[in-house]
Amino acid sequence: MSSTRLDPWLASYAERTHGLNASAIRALFAVASRPEVVSLAGGMPYVQALDLDAFGHTVQRLITERGSVALQYGSGQGDVTLREQILSVTGLVGVHCHPDDIVVTTGSQMALDLVARIFCDPGDVVLVEAPSYVGALGVFRSYQAQVQHVGMDEEGLQPEALREAIAGLSRQGRRAKLLYTIPSFHNPAGVTQGAARRAEILSIAHDAGILVVEDDPYGLLGFEGEPPQAMRAQDADGVVYLGSFSKTIASGLRVGWAIAPHAIRERLVLAAESAVLCPSNLAQMAVSEYLATQPWMEQIKAFREVYRERRDALLESLQALMPASTTWTIPAGGFYSWLTLPEGLDSAAMLPRAISAMVAYVPGTGFYADGQGTSNLRLSYCYPDPDRIREGVRRLATVVEAELELAETFGTSRSSDHGPRAVTPGPDLR
Amino acid sequence: MTVLTIDVLAGGLSPERDVSLRSGRRVVEALRDRGLTARERDVDANTVAAWRADAPDCVVPLLHGAAGEDGAVREILECMGIPYVGSSAAACRLAFDKPIAKTLAAAAGIATPACVAIPQSTFRELGARDVLASVEGSLGLPLMVKPTRGGSALGVSRVEHAVDLPSALVEAFGYADVVMLEECRSGTEVAVCVIERTGIAEALPIIEIVPPGPVYDYDARYVAGSTEFHVPARLDSSVLALLSDAALRVHRTLGLRDLSRSDWIVDGSGQPWFLEVNVAPGMTETSLFPQAIQHAGTSVGAVIANLVLHRIAQDRPA
Repeated sequence: MSSTRLDPWLASYAERTHGLNASAIRALFAVASRPEVVSLAGGMPYVQALDLDAFGHTVQRLITERGSVALQYGSGQGDVTLREQILSVTGLVGVHCHPDDIVVTTGSQMALDLVARIFCDPGDVVLVEAPSYVGALGVFRSYQAQVQHVGMDEEGLQPEALREAIAGLSRQGRRAKLLYTIPSFHNPAGVTQGAARRAEILSIAHDAGILVVEDDPYGLLGFEGEPPQAMRAQDADGVVYLGSFSKTIASGLRVGWAIAPHAIRERLVLAAESAVLCPSNLAQMAVSEYLATQPWMEQIKAFREVYRERRDALLESLQALMPASTTWTIPAGGFYSWLTLPEGLDSAAMLPRAISAMVAYVPGTGFYADGQGTSNLRLSYCYPDPDRIREGVRRLATVVEAELELAETFGTSRSSDHGPRAVTPGPDLR
Repeated sequence: MTVLTIDVLAGGLSPERDVSLRSGRRVVEALRDRGLTARERDVDANTVAAWRADAPDCVVPLLHGAAGEDGAVREILECMGIPYVGSSAAACRLAFDKPIAKTLAAAAGIATPACVAIPQSTFRELGARDVLASVEGSLGLPLMVKPTRGGSALGVSRVEHAVDLPSALVEAFGYADVVMLEECRSGTEVAVCVIERTGIAEALPIIEIVPPGPVYDYDARYVAGSTEFHVPARLDSSVLALLSDAALRVHRTLGLRDLSRSDWIVDGSGQPWFLEVNVAPGMTETSLFPQAIQHAGTSVGAVIANLVLHRIAQDRPA
């Protein structure tokens, strides 16, 4: 007789991997990749909007003229020319610093991982918005940090909720080490903190001795007016700023960065060298060459117009088609709207029905570490064209209607509100 | 010498697409290792045209879920005269629908837990509360709630308390229009794989499944390490013989061909209870069929290649 668990290394895995699993939800996304399905799920930038010929020539010239450098190891902190160029990008959101304050990373996801690596011991508390970026939750979980969500409203993280969370921890004799926030065009909530709120949050964090990790991948992708000024612009000592070229140039390059106070930066560089020795020289130099030779500001404007048109298609379709008592946020930039289903509907249970109807979204529970978000879902408008978005919303509306009928049949819906819906759907993120 | 071309069908649009792709890749590699020209082929609007232009010598359907296991794609293959491994379209239609398969098995004298199959429209028309009360009165609790069609335990719940039935039904209706409420039999969970070598069906060593929770669910199936397997199952040899015989009877009763995997619960008295049968069993690293094949002293490549050659010999138009 033979007994097996099909994995001879089961007893050897680190404890931090124990939460990793396959999940039926993840399996459903395999279907979402098929062209028949309108995917409002993934946050893939529309890289087709780039001038790919020009980018190709840029890379070709780079290899021809400086290939022996581009294909070699580089500095652990990142290419110095690129770090100087990054200053002209961050200057647009009010962040002015020295190139030595910057650590270039393999996407800002790696920067976040490095921050967690140097700050989080198992059990340490990290405050995050409710909901928060799924990739950040994964990083904090992998370092066995305890994630605590802090409520949001239509202007993002609520200062009062932050004070309460800090006070609650204090009563337990604990304190949070980090506050992770996405102040501009939030993923997944789609909302943006105003300047006054940013200042208030910084003040609260400063008083409590909590380091703010500001994740700002979408800051330059606003649809109205000037880009919001980063929190780091107001506080150079209490904020680690994470930036990325994934949404302003191309996500496949995997080039991001962290700007940190000098002591933190030193540790980030050491941690980066330990993790990857150095970020890809080729990718960094491709970005550097692109910034030096291509009209990158014009390209960002082009991206904004693409995403604005898609945002409008999404919002108009939602307004026209979604059943009563469905609400959603109205993003002023970025990639996402956060939708709240009629009470009693479960977005994860609804997903297989949506996939059968050839439309995909991300269930809200993925953006929480504590099981919240069952009635929410994230809609991404960045990748499908406007007509596909309209078709996707049409399919989704049909699915929600069917789910409402199912919920009414089984009494799992606590809402029978089919009256006229609110003219301006508001967020319900608490 | 003619080089045979085999199309392994994997993917599709069912919720089990990911599992199917993993099964397909594994079988393609196994067939290539045996010197056959195996192509992995997803199913889409171009598939039939591609076959018209370049028909394979044989198809191995590893699509899981509807279209793959309900016989639909096999109907097309039959229309096109392309040989394929596995059960006929007509047999798949019966086997894929769990209540129908159970009814046919019961008629052949095979014990199967009592069940009812109810479409969503019936709950709506007759009132879910009254319908559920009558089902609960008849079958008792706990109950298994399952989509009538589909695999990988997607949408399956074990319900201990009546108050949890509505949410379990809502989840199950996400995967099918008809849901089965089945009497819950406790005992040892086992799977019996059947293969035909040169047309003669034989049962492979029986696998006992010990999942980490009350249901052998998606995670338990596809995360290596989460479920414990014992081969052969830790059951009395007389019960193992009974199970092998019962699995062969299910295979024959439903008119299945080439390969099948049936799932059973053996209660404390040694009585096997038939749950369902799979006409396109998973072939992933954690799937049951490859484990059974390995314990029978052969390999996935050898078994599938043998079935392919047999099918071509039997079914290829003269």
